Amino acid sequence: MICEMKSLLGVKNVLDKEEDLLLYEFDGSVEKGRPNLVVFPHATAEVSQIVKLAARYQVPVVGRGAGTGLSGGALARGGGVMIVFARMNKILEIDVENRRAVVQPGVVNLDITRAVEHAGLYFAPDPSSAKSCTIGGNVAENAGGPHTLAYGVTTNHIAALELVLPDGEIVRVGSKHGDAAGYDLCGLFVGSEGTLALVTEITVKLARKPEAVKTLLAIFETIEDASQAVVEITASGITPAACEMLDGWTLRVVEDYIHAGYPRDSGAVLLLEVEGLKEAVEGQATAIEAVCGKCHAREVRRAKDDRERDLLWKGRKNAFGALGRIAPSNYVLDGVIPRSKLPQALQRIKEIGKKYGFNVGNIFHAGDGNLHPIVLYDPRDAGQFEKAIAASAEIIRACVQMGGALTGEHGVGMEKNELMGLLFSEADFALMRRVHDAFNPDSSLNPGKVFPLSKGCGEIRIRKKEAAGVKV
Amino acid sequence: MRGDSDQEEGSSGCEGMKVTEDVAGRLAEAIGARRVVAAAEELATYAVGGLVPNAIVRPASPEETAEVVRFALAEKLGVLPLGSRSKCELGVPPARHDIAMDMTGLRGIAHFDAGDLTLSVDAGMPLRELEIYLKEKGQFLPLAVPCFESATMGGTIASGIDSALRMQYGSARDFLIGAEFVDGTGQMCKSGGRVVKNVTGYDLHKLLIGSLGTLGVITRVNFRTFPLPATFGGHLAGFAHRQKALEYRNAVDKAGLPLANLEVLSPEAAKMIHAILQKSEEAFPLELEREEWWVYSSFEGNEEVVRRIGCELAKIARETDTVDSRILGTTEDESLGGMLRECFEWLRWASPATVICRLALPEVKAEILSQLSRLAESVGLRAALLVRAAGIVYFAVFAESEDEAAMEPLAKIIAGTNALARKENGHGTVLHAPLAIKRHPTAMTMSEKDSALQLRVKRAFDPSGVFAMGRVVGGV
Repeated sequence: MICEMKSLLGVKNVLDKEEDLLLYEFDGSVEKGRPNLVVFPHATAEVSQIVKLAARYQVPVVGRGAGTGLSGGALARGGGVMIVFARMNKILEIDVENRRAVVQPGVVNLDITRAVEHAGLYFAPDPSSAKSCTIGGNVAENAGGPHTLAYGVTTNHIAALELVLPDGEIVRVGSKHGDAAGYDLCGLFVGSEGTLALVTEITVKLARKPEAVKTLLAIFETIEDASQAVVEITASGITPAACEMLDGWTLRVVEDYIHAGYPRDSGAVLLLEVEGLKEAVEGQATAIEAVCGKCHAREVRRAKDDRERDLLWKGRKNAFGALGRIAPSNYVLDGVIPRSKLPQALQRIKEIGKKYGFNVGNIFHAGDGNLHPIVLYDPRDAGQFEKAIAASAEIIRACVQMGGALTGEHGVGMEKNELMGLLFSEADFALMRRVHDAFNPDSSLNPGKVFPLSKGCGEIRIRKKEAAGVKV
Repeated sequence: MRGDSDQEEGSSGCEGMKVTEDVAGRLAEAIGARRVVAAAEELATYAVGGLVPNAIVRPASPEETAEVVRFALAEKLGVLPLGSRSKCELGVPPARHDIAMDMTGLRGIAHFDAGDLTLSVDAGMPLRELEIYLKEKGQFLPLAVPCFESATMGGTIASGIDSALRMQYGSARDFLIGAEFVDGTGQMCKSGGRVVKNVTGYDLHKLLIGSLGTLGVITRVNFRTFPLPATFGGHLAGFAHRQKALEYRNAVDKAGLPLANLEVLSPEAAKMIHAILQKSEEAFPLELEREEWWVYSSFEGNEEVVRRIGCELAKIARETDTVDSRILGTTEDESLGGMLRECFEWLRWASPATVICRLALPEVKAEILSQLSRLAESVGLRAALLVRAAGIVYFAVFAESEDEAAMEPLAKIIAGTNALARKENGHGTVLHAPLAIKRHPTAMTMSEKDSALQLRVKRAFDPSGVFAMGRVVGGV
């Protein structure tokens, strides 16, 4: 199969040496899974041929963008062929008038905005990895970001997709304009974590840059006050474009590294942004200041200019890098809770961290209840890793008990699939399984993801023959 | 028990299915007599696509709903879930109609977290009732859909009908965050959840939007709600020609003003609205009777925002040679806004045989509107046009009789409209048409390849085909 793949794509577009494959064993998560072969297609037709060839040898296939994912979605859990979309990175069409762009899956998220900002447009979903993650991966995981609070996640900004099904068939779903007739297949494929089809072309919706933006930093003595402020901002009907929280411990780590201007002696800060017409923005900023004041904010600062705004955001966006300086590894969770339960959730996380002996940092999308507790641990210590996983599972359980969900934007992947039973019943799994099988009947595409392997009926069958197939 | 006019058609859809005599009787045995209705006169009011059901069942819980589906599976009968039946004629008529599943008995608010702006309601909850409930808490759900007075939540989702607030708030897919439903195996399933951001599992609830009851019986829907705006505004501008009206519309769109709605009305559409509102006692824009193309904008926010948008609209209207332009009074705005929300309803009943085509276009050009008008003229029929947000055009054509002779020109309208939409890189669907031409090949706009994909979803949700086959465009 390797020979055939090389003749199909050219030797430059196929990696099969052990040392090369090692690089594709990881993504941004704590999981691992090494492919037997890595290939780099340049066009949809090639993707279709790769998939057909792999199917002939009964080898599983997994798609991958930049590998920045946080749930192991782009890892070859069952080995097999990894299709890396890095070289399908062209912006095919920009339609400024109608605010659409057609792009290949390997285009970097931020590059879409860069290509259209001259016309006053941008691509709204802004994951923290926007500088490196690809739109194909964003579509697979239905990625979020700080500004999805007001503008919605990836699925709200995708109009149409071109897909390659596991048998190599090339299909299109959605509609560049208006809604496509029939079922919302585009809505099904976005966020299906590469388990139904491979995305080879994406039509994205572009948003208009707001007329006015105001960025505020609300500083609190305690995390309880900060979370109460989030509850009250939400309940009072103010919809900020972003509402991010950093707890005191995390903001100190970040401040030491980025010097963003977060006060080191505070208990928590909220990074808030309001956008829109200038008449609306001023009123919202004032209302936020009033609510924060009521919740005992020590101070609410407004960014004076773009430089100050960028600096405040730099702290938020590079926070995970900053944490890397103080612990060998960290495990980022992604639970979601109703926003009204924020104070209780943070209290519970603190207790769980204490129980397992970890420092759990919190830097997250407070405005939409999307928690990112960060468990810092040393992976060389097997006991610590296991404890980190156990603590994380307990945090996720607590989120579900509060009426929340396992993941807000990172995806289930191979990281949370065993926890899916906390939310879904056998009947739910059976239906999801039938939908899965309707498109990916042999589980040849991204096996071992989303569905819990421990549950007999909900299991994605990982092929036994995959390794043998590759050696042919 | 079947309707006379379509008996043959109905029976042909039952091929291979067991013909059952006393469905209602056995259903009553299985579920309980008080949930089942078999009176002929009542059955007749549950007809869909000319087919009268054998029984009506009104489950009082998701468990009972599932039980009915399992009964139908065992008896090889078809189930058609229904809400208030205000839009059950959307889409292709069902191929069979054995059990009408009336979901209006499930009408509670399961969960409302005002502080989280999330809501979970039963499928049978009427939109109007929910609106009143949410208004008290200073919130609302941006589903401004036709038949608002009677429509249920479940029916609204299953119908997939356009909301007049789409421009600002998006369509249901943008704020439906989860659903519970009974699938085609008779199991209670769920998707999504009650949180505003969630990627846990497949987004199956999105598939229920516009599914017309073909994938499952919706028992509960979860939404994110929105704070009620402080102030509303409406603006109306008249133009001598469609070209100018569209020029204005495009200029407004380009100005990037945050509008809740932006809608262009042909003179015919405006006059129809005028004629209906004239009968009411409420104030409304009297100028709608003038032979002009009208552009209506609605907007919301704080007072300053509303004032500014109104001023800017007036300025753009002047620059594009408006004949009439003014800010509407609150009641006038509500009257006209309400009519636009209800446009599907008054358009479809405006003549004995109406066709409403819905075009989704990359760009709405004056030439396309002219071609549509000429298309209606070519078959000698009256027509009205509404250009809605997101490149959507409603093209309604009115035939004065239901005779067979009227069907040919209407079929021509559908074929011509779909061809025009395709030529413009858009697509057309038929929202409403007389039964006789609903199954006409020209009404089907989906390619075989697309239909095949749709069918995979249908079979996954409903492997035995218990939920009436043939309802979604493409014959799914």
